[in-house]
Amino acid sequence: MEYEAVIGLEVHAQLLTESKIFCSCSTKFGANPNSQVCPICLGMPGVLPVLNERALEYAIRAALATQCEILAKSRFARKNYFYPDLPKGYQISQYEEPLSTNGSLEVESNGLKKKIRIRRIHLEEDAGKLIHEHSQNLSHLDLNRTGVPLIEIVSEPDIASSEEAVSYLKKLRSILIYIGVCDGNMEEGSLRCDANVSLRPKGSQELGTKTEIKNVNSFKFVQKALEYEIRRQLSLLESGGKIVQETRLFDSTKGITFPMRSKEEAHDYRYFPDPDLLPVVADSKWVEDIRSSLPELPGARHKRFIEEYKIPAYDSEVLTASKEVADYFEDCLKYYDKPKTVSNWIMTEVLRELKGEGEGIKTFQITPEKLSELLKLIDDGTINGKIAKDVFNEMVSTNKRAGEVVAEKGVMQISDLSEIEEVISRIIERNPDEVSRYRAGQEKLIGFFVGEVMKATRGKANPKLVNEILKNKLSES
Amino acid sequence: MRISKYTVRHVAELARLEFKEEELEKFAEQLGNILEHIEELNELDTSNVEPTFHVLDLSTPLREDVVEPWLNADEALENAPQREEDFFAVPKVIED
Repeated sequence: MEYEAVIGLEVHAQLLTESKIFCSCSTKFGANPNSQVCPICLGMPGVLPVLNERALEYAIRAALATQCEILAKSRFARKNYFYPDLPKGYQISQYEEPLSTNGSLEVESNGLKKKIRIRRIHLEEDAGKLIHEHSQNLSHLDLNRTGVPLIEIVSEPDIASSEEAVSYLKKLRSILIYIGVCDGNMEEGSLRCDANVSLRPKGSQELGTKTEIKNVNSFKFVQKALEYEIRRQLSLLESGGKIVQETRLFDSTKGITFPMRSKEEAHDYRYFPDPDLLPVVADSKWVEDIRSSLPELPGARHKRFIEEYKIPAYDSEVLTASKEVADYFEDCLKYYDKPKTVSNWIMTEVLRELKGEGEGIKTFQITPEKLSELLKLIDDGTINGKIAKDVFNEMVSTNKRAGEVVAEKGVMQISDLSEIEEVISRIIERNPDEVSRYRAGQEKLIGFFVGEVMKATRGKANPKLVNEILKNKLSES
Repeated sequence: MRISKYTVRHVAELARLEFKEEELEKFAEQLGNILEHIEELNELDTSNVEPTFHVLDLSTPLREDVVEPWLNADEALENAPQREEDFFAVPKVIED
């Protein structure tokens, strides 16, 4: 029998607020343990939570950017369980009436477009951090993260492969960063993903028994964990076995998933409405204001780049994958109006320098203005394209402007006809063998001559002139 | 409405409570009686009444997103049963 995978993802995204969701403690990452806490997030008796307006606004932004409907009234609920990272004994989350429902995201995988439905996006608080490695018999607990605002984005089980899952995640991450509600930093845990996976006979409508893989924290690990889990379930089913519904963890060094050992009973969270919190009313005028303040989203920008700047779809995809890179590209065009040239430079030299991390472009020392100066020097014939790459590298390491580097290094392009002619005559004289073979029809040897001229001029000769003059001289007999 | 001893034990375990066998039986009966009493409310037709989650007809107030430090680590850890460095120290919750 042929099986197909059914995957649903739950993504937790940390909202970029200054303070926590229900109290005024800082959300800053990396502070000393237990230095950003108060009686509210420590779960002391007698305190009352008060919702952070910006957390609500950011959650609404995320919901609108993923085509969700905002519920006029939503509620907070208590999710009850005992674990040391949760001092109150419950997590404040949303259950029956979440902030928003019925959204969707369009993803591309293997060249095919597909709509992944989003079931809901709701607000909740994060738990603290347990560290097990410090001590032999004890776990250490840091409650700075307790109460940091999160949104949970729950997809429908519309995802059919590990590649699709990764492309959904990448798209989602890019949107959240675009609209400024999450920094998308998976290493620091600002974006975390749980995956529900099951298999079913191909074409069947019924869902099989699922397992949940918890807390996979990079795109690569999501892909690997899913691939492993699909293989594991497949071989179980094919050998007549049964899938056990359970929570599993991913071991990134071994590349396998394994059942989470826990003394907890089967999940029984006994959700109930939190009596400490009143209903959340999303004022429709406010929601519309938020909607109109949303920036152009990656999908729309991708399409506009192709139409407006006539660059290939591939270029546009690379440039719009991160908001910062797309902004950088458009800033360059304010100074230098050749989109394809700019795109080529960003995709090769600039992104290579940033090691593919597009977000670092914001603080890249070669600003759009400086890059444009360099490109103009190629256009006006001051330097050739090959030298320009050396100048670029020099600009990166010395922080100088293009003009300065060119003047200092003396790499100005040689476009003086007599100077180039002289060099060429010398090279023709010195290589009689090659000359006669060229004249006998081995025209590929033109490359050899160009190379020699460039060597003699240390790469500075104007390549167009070199080609023209060489061809003329070599055809004279 | 009958509540089984198993249900009482399950609920007790979720709340981290421990009871003797005879207590479980007693609570099963008492809880059953309470639920039966509540069941009486079902005589009324409430299909057109919005559920009351909160007695006040208000929406949640919102707080401005401003940081106000409150406790430092020493203060936060003052009542901790066990402390190591600046951490709360708790019994190890995972098995190696």
